[in-house]
Parts: sequence; structure tokens; C-alpha cells
Amino acid sequence: MIKYERSHGLTEKPTHYCPGCTHGILHKLVAEVLDELGVLDITVGVASVGCSVFSYEYFNCDMQQAAHGRACAVATGIKRSLPDNIVFTYQGDGDLASIGIAETIHAANRGENFTVIYANNTTYGMTGGQMAPTTLLGQKTTTSQDGRNKPSHGEPIKMAEILSQVTGAAYVERVMLTDVSNIRKAKKAIKKAFTYQMEGKGFSLVEVLSTCPVNWKMTPRNAMERVKEEMVPIFPLGVFKDVMTDD
Amino acid sequence: MSKVLMKGNEAIARAAVKAGLDCFFGYPITPQNEVPEYLSKLLPDAGKVFVQAESEVAAINMVYGAAGAGKRVMTSSSSVGIALKQEGISYIAGAELPCVIGSVMRGGPGLGSIQPSQGDYYQATRGGGNGDYHVIVLAPESVQETVDLMKEAFDIADTYRNPVMVLADGLIGQMMESVDLDKPVKKRNLEPKTWATTGMKNHEGRNITNSLFLDSNDLEQHNLKLQKKYNEVIKHETKFEMINMEKAEYVIVAYGTTARICRSSIEMLADNGIHVGMIRPISLWPYPKKAFDLIPKDVKGIMVVEMSLGQMLDDVLISNKGRHKVAFYGRAGGIVPEPEEIVEAIMTFDERVVD
Repeated sequence: MIKYERSHGLTEKPTHYCPGCTHGILHKLVAEVLDELGVLDITVGVASVGCSVFSYEYFNCDMQQAAHGRACAVATGIKRSLPDNIVFTYQGDGDLASIGIAETIHAANRGENFTVIYANNTTYGMTGGQMAPTTLLGQKTTTSQDGRNKPSHGEPIKMAEILSQVTGAAYVERVMLTDVSNIRKAKKAIKKAFTYQMEGKGFSLVEVLSTCPVNWKMTPRNAMERVKEEMVPIFPLGVFKDVMTDD
Repeated sequence: MSKVLMKGNEAIARAAVKAGLDCFFGYPITPQNEVPEYLSKLLPDAGKVFVQAESEVAAINMVYGAAGAGKRVMTSSSSVGIALKQEGISYIAGAELPCVIGSVMRGGPGLGSIQPSQGDYYQATRGGGNGDYHVIVLAPESVQETVDLMKEAFDIADTYRNPVMVLADGLIGQMMESVDLDKPVKKRNLEPKTWATTGMKNHEGRNITNSLFLDSNDLEQHNLKLQKKYNEVIKHETKFEMINMEKAEYVIVAYGTTARICRSSIEMLADNGIHVGMIRPISLWPYPKKAFDLIPKDVKGIMVVEMSLGQMLDDVLISNKGRHKVAFYGRAGGIVPEPEEIVEAIMTFDERVVD
């Protein structure tokens, strides 16, 4: 009896992600949602630049690989061309919150009807752990070796909060993947985001607090603890925007 | 077949619509603003897509997305704006996607001016994007030719799955002439875009648009494949015009607005008994090197005229292969040369010879 089956939303290709990295869980959740909604064969995903650059090899649907930060612009081009297809981007915090912040905010402001999966791990993972706009105060990275400090670097940027102020955003939620119950909540949020897109409600984004044990120099278990203890106080979980419940 | 009077920029917009444009993504910049202005009305009225992007960078990446989705897509901009699009153009060439880029040159460098210029020859033909790639560049000298090349540009882009730039200058963009929008262009057999990312229900397996090849051997193979395609483009898409070559004492080489002005200079010189011919490159990449093999051996020299301080001059020197003396006359900063200046330049040819 098969108790657990690989999602049809994923290809057979083994991922290149490091042990303890939450990209694997997040890929699985997105893949399961697309499969459960029955939209895999009309979905076009947009891979970004960063650790998730190879996501076009893992999601079992059509994919476009975008330049660094431009995923929301590429997705705009696709969705405007193919309004009946399902379109999503999968981006990290360097890509979305730094170099691609203009594309992200303006796509949201135009109410572009696609879904953004935003993995925030407070560092540039692929390039070897440099400081990101989301890096926590005091966090040591290869470009903030004494820890991020406010006078020089400012404080971590909070994308879910920023996007909640943008009129065109239909749904914005922040989740984490530290345990079964939170993984379930995350899946529910992702499903809601795609459902809103299918219903034509506009821009949806799920910010997923993610781990980077290698660059954080932590064990996978300690990395999960760090998400709960250090990230959540700065990046609180919850729904920041929902056009169906907001006034 | 009736002719209508219109500006070059309006012609770019209307010719694109005639060519079946599905999507336009752009950002305002003088002197090409009429292009997005017309399209912002024409396209939505026809149920097509117009998006004013938040920047040139976003616009060219929207072009990437829509081109990957199999649509006929274009953007237009000018000098500083084209500079911002270069990264995206490299990605589009690398991922082998078809698109058309309208470029209406203004004075530079930097913010420069909004007056006509040809200072972006290097930008168009060499590009500022990374890697071994080429953009096919077509340079019209009239509003009618702008219409014809715009329409053909979409077919060329689709044939080779490569960006095509129609390179005008501010004078052509702003000049009004009577044009025939329905003049037929060369018929091409275009293959269906089976590679487009339209969802797996529309094709076998997964379609992916991508320019990443981390394995050096894979990337070299990809580059060799692109190079093979570029060789086909050189073979089939090189365009130029040669005029007045019989009895020519000198040969002018000029493109776009400058070529147009040189026509008047050539007439004035003929009235004074000096016969001057002209090579007018229409495709700037691929550059019409073979035209230089057709120059009579006994001409006294080649005069390159540009609205820049000498950019196409490099391609003339390469194509000439040291056969003739080459001289140069150029105006920069948004100044358009008078026909008399070019007459004077020919009369003082020997003083203007470049090494």
C-alpha cells in the first residue's frame, strides 16, 4: 500500500538544495496545490535567480527562467498574454525584496492576476551567504561580518507589510515551515493564493519564512528553531491582506 | 493602397499593428513617446495587450515573458532607455525568443539631448548585454521604409527566434511623410511556435525558456548553435542599397537620416561635375560587407558620414579591407548636417582621411 507518493507537480529530478533547506518542502507544497487544483497543464511558472534558479527543472509544468529580480515583470508578460493560464513566480528575498522590489510592488499595484511564492531566508544563499535586505539586525553574513547594524544597513525590509498597503494586492500572507501544523497552514495559504488567481481576484503573495542552515552555519534543527525564535518576532506570521475579508 | 500622412513614430506603431502585434510593453521617453501613446489606444481597442511598465528594465522583461508565451511582442525606447534594456535583450537572445525593439536615437552620452543622433550605432550593433549574441538591426531612411521594415522585423524575429531592432533617429521619428501601410512585404513560411510556454495541455512535455547552462560544454554547444543561426542571418538578411556607382569618383557610406541628406549632397556634387555614389546599409547587423567588394577599383576614396563622431566608421574600415582611402565627416550632439557640409567634406576629402 502506497502511503506517500511523490506529487505529480514535481519532476523526477533530484533537487540540488542543501540538507535542512526548506525549499524542498516549499516546492512540494506548491506542486501539490497545483496538482490538487488540477491546473498543472495550464500553469506557467517563473524561476528567479538565487537558490531557486533551477526550479524550472523541478516543477512539472511549463517554466520560464527570469533575470535577477525580474520575475514579476516576466510573469506580467506571460499572464497578460495568456490570461486563462495559471502563472506563478518562485523567488527568494534577494531577488524579490532587493533587486526586484520595483517589479514586485508595481505588479501588485497593477493587480496583476498571478501568484508569488516568496521564500525569505534572510540571506543570499546561492552566492554564499551575503547580507540581504531581510537580514536580521546582528546577523553575521559574509558582507556584514560584525553583524548587520542599523546605522550602516538599516533594518530588515518587511515585504508582506509593504504589500498589504498596495491596493492591487488581493491576498498577502506570511507563513513558516517549522513543523507539521505550520506546514499545513502554509499549504492552505498557497492554495488560497492560487484559488484567488483562478477566481481573477488579482495579485497574491505568500511569504514563506525559510531556512538556510549552511549559510547560517547551523544544524537543520537549530535553523528551524531560529525561524521561530528570531525571525517570527521581526516577521510576524499571519494574513496581511485579504480582499474577501478586508473592508 | 491609399497613402496617409503620418509621423515616423506613428508609423512604427501602426505598422506593428498591421504586422499582428499582440503585446506592447514600454516606458515613456522622448523622442519616441508617440509610439506607446498610439498603441495604448490601438491595442486595447483591438483586444490586445498594452502595459506601461514601471521602467525600461521591467518592460523588456515583460517582452521576454510574452515572447516566451508565443505572442508577437515589441517594446520601443530611445538611447538611455535602450541602455537599460540591454540585460533583457541578452536574455531574450540567449533564450532564443522573438521580439521587435523600436529604437529612436537621441543625443548622448548620458542624458544627452532629445535631438536626433546616430550615436547609438555601437549600442545597437554591439550591444551592452553580456555574451556572444547579436541583435538584427534594421535602419530606415524614410517613414515608408520604417513601415516596411517594422512589418518585416516581426517575421525576421519569428524566423530566427531572435530580437530585431528597428533603429531610427529622432528626425525620422518626428518627421511626417505620406506612407502606404499596406505595401506588401516578403512572404515567409513561419513555423508554429511549438516551443512556447502555453501550458502542457497545448504541447508534448514541458516547455522551458532559459539561457542558463552551468555546464561549460553545454553552454559552448548553445553558443555554437546561436553562431550557426547568426551565420544564416548574415547569409539571408543582409540588406543594403547602392546608388550612382557608375563613374563614381567617391563613394559615400551613410545610413538612416544621414543617407537621406547625402542624396541631396550627391545631386549638388553632380551639378558641379563630381560623380559620387553611395552605399546605404539597411541592415546594420548583419553589416553589408559584401557591398564594399562592388566598389569600382578606381574610386578616389570612401567618405563615411554619420550623426556621430565615427561609429559605423569601424565597420567600413573592416569591410574596406584597406582597399580604398577612407575619410570621415560627422556631426554630434543632436546636430543634423546640411547637404552643403557634406559637399564641402567631399571637396576636402584628403584632409579628412582616417588611418
